[in-house]
Amino acid sequence: MSDDLTAFRAETRAWLEAHCPAEMREPVRSDKDVCWGGRKARFSSAAQKQWLDIMGARGWTVPDWPARYGGGGLSPDQAKIVRQEMADLGCRTPLHSFGISMLGPALLRYGTEEQKLEHLPRIARGEIRWCQGYSEPNAGSDLASLATRAEDMGDHFLVNGQKVWTSYADQADWIFCLVRTDPTNKHRGISFLLFDMDSPGVSTRPILLISGYSPFCETFFDNVKVPKDQLVGEINRGWDVAKYLLGHEREMISGMGTQGGAISLSKIALANLGAEADGRLADPILRARIAQFDLRAEAFRAMSERFLDELKAGKAHPAQPSMMKYTGTELNKQRYELAMAAGGSAALEWDSDESRQGAAARAWLRTKANSIEGGTSEIQLNIIAKRILALPGA
Amino acid sequence: MPMFLTDEQVMLADTARPFLADTAPVAHRRALRDADDERGYAPDLWRRFAEMGFTGIVADEADGGLGLGHVEAGIVLEEIGRNLTPSPFLSTAVGAVTALKGASEPLRRRHLPAILAGESIAAIAIDEAARHRPHHVGLRAERSGNGFRLSGTKRFVPFGHVADLLIVAARTSGAPDDVDGITLFAVPGDAATASPRRLADASLAARLDFADVQVDGDAVIGEVDGGRGPLDALLTVLRTGAASEMLGLANGAADMTMAYLRDRKQFGQAIGSFQVLQHRAAHLYCELEVARAAVLKAQQLLDQGAEAADRAATVAKGMVGFASLLAVQEGVQMHGGIGMTDEYDIGFYMKRQRVLAELYGDSDFHADRLARLSGY
Repeated sequence: MSDDLTAFRAETRAWLEAHCPAEMREPVRSDKDVCWGGRKARFSSAAQKQWLDIMGARGWTVPDWPARYGGGGLSPDQAKIVRQEMADLGCRTPLHSFGISMLGPALLRYGTEEQKLEHLPRIARGEIRWCQGYSEPNAGSDLASLATRAEDMGDHFLVNGQKVWTSYADQADWIFCLVRTDPTNKHRGISFLLFDMDSPGVSTRPILLISGYSPFCETFFDNVKVPKDQLVGEINRGWDVAKYLLGHEREMISGMGTQGGAISLSKIALANLGAEADGRLADPILRARIAQFDLRAEAFRAMSERFLDELKAGKAHPAQPSMMKYTGTELNKQRYELAMAAGGSAALEWDSDESRQGAAARAWLRTKANSIEGGTSEIQLNIIAKRILALPGA
Repeated sequence: MPMFLTDEQVMLADTARPFLADTAPVAHRRALRDADDERGYAPDLWRRFAEMGFTGIVADEADGGLGLGHVEAGIVLEEIGRNLTPSPFLSTAVGAVTALKGASEPLRRRHLPAILAGESIAAIAIDEAARHRPHHVGLRAERSGNGFRLSGTKRFVPFGHVADLLIVAARTSGAPDDVDGITLFAVPGDAATASPRRLADASLAARLDFADVQVDGDAVIGEVDGGRGPLDALLTVLRTGAASEMLGLANGAADMTMAYLRDRKQFGQAIGSFQVLQHRAAHLYCELEVARAAVLKAQQLLDQGAEAADRAATVAKGMVGFASLLAVQEGVQMHGGIGMTDEYDIGFYMKRQRVLAELYGDSDFHADRLARLSGY
């Protein structure tokens, strides 16, 4: 490690220790502790807002984006140090954002300079919350069959149609949306539009899920006018942008497999079952299952680090996000199945205060979507077989 | 340190890969087996390892080595694994060389030059029972004159019957499961009576009987009774090395299987075009990628001298155990009937995987160890 980076690590740590509010170094306990920003932001505490503002001002919500777009302007090595020191000090992520994890990378690659300057700094500071208009009732795994129309009306597009599984559409300010601009060409008839969710003709309806929550919406477009300069990339070439963005979405979802710090299966199990005299968890079979899981989870943490390093250095296979998404989400589902086993009947409670309104059961049910959203596990395996393994006819 | 190979490490891999593929492919292992070879390795090949500098990879430059690390040793081990090359590289150039780093100058001078020159090989004698239980050390070393008398038995010692040097974990005080009272010795290969056993993969592992054998006092590595730490450090290196070899083995088996999926036709098409096999192949790929990351993590932490290497080695050996088992099982199954024949190489991979899995603890052992390290 070079002296420069050693000094940077020390400065970073000192800065974080000085500026991260103590409350923001407590583990995330519920959805309320997660900050999404946006025009309708509801901060659960003053510290949460303060942490977002201070990190946004420094550009450290997106440490490796260029400074002129609101980022920290850091090198990959420096950005990694920021992430490591934040993790080490237990600092919460200041801003969760589809703008950061999905739209930002796509805009950096495909956006015009005007689009970058308009949107990226607002994403970095958490001022605008974005949602993703991809899936439709008849375009799920076969996403490119989407039918939401955008007609060229000269000075604007007129958008009509319906999206589904739009995460937090009811709380989002803007949408990045796939629309059909040429009905005669499946993949080369799709365009990528940005528009304000307050535009006349946009409406949303939350969908009640098995967890009892409604993180997803149906989103309807009824003669929505979208200015022409809100097209990203070329007309009819939105599928390229969409695929590029999906890679980043899969990366984000795969990160769930590494968020093990939030729950420790062995702690839950020890609390409920106790230990033998030699310290071993009292249920030997559950202990073995948790141990095998923990071994895989630690190996996957190494994989996540390796993947990020390779990605930043341009060494990752372009389809590697599919590998991360598949593995990370399958692991996360296993984690929560084990959490339910470790929690026993206490984990089944749905609305008691002791259970924090069924946090365990609802989190368990939420994870079932991990291997569906952002492309199912089966679609990821198809992509790996075709693009990485080059198997025939795939 | 980013988690990918440096340019220099890539160059080493580019050297090691064709060297092992050309000089010691699976056919080399098959030929040794078919000739009922009693050594378990080819001395000519071992001398070529020395010429390539491989024998001194992890040895310090002051001792005449290359002063490289476990990432580099792992690169060579991966190619050994990919080609199923019978080689004393792990026990000698990785295990013994590491153990000797804690030894006195005279002891290092006695053993290292011959190892680096490819004239001497070493074996590591730790286990005493059918399952890996390294802290159960019953082999006694009683003080006698200015040295020790060793009595007891070691099992599952690869190359134990042909080694010039034995690294032995012995008990100098206390009961077999005590933490204190272990001492590491570097003794001549003829100190023990060796009974080689041919294993399922045609490799040879010896049972070593020490019948009140006198060894010099200066054969002790480190402190008398203080061998637990050096033994654990040696195990971390051996586990990481065995994991590297298994990673190569797993990728070798997977590559062979992917090639077969592309070539073999049934129902008028390549069987690799069937989704049921594609998904299993893709799942295997994911397991191998995760295993590679776990192995690289352990290697890098070892090279940084980090305490966390011990835990990472357990994760690596356990994870690569899962992944390599899947690779050989899918390998034989996807090859169909010919996968069961001796003529095809895939079965060699299955048998070798089973042996390497057992060496220095299988996935069950390491899952249990991880749980203990984590306080449950």
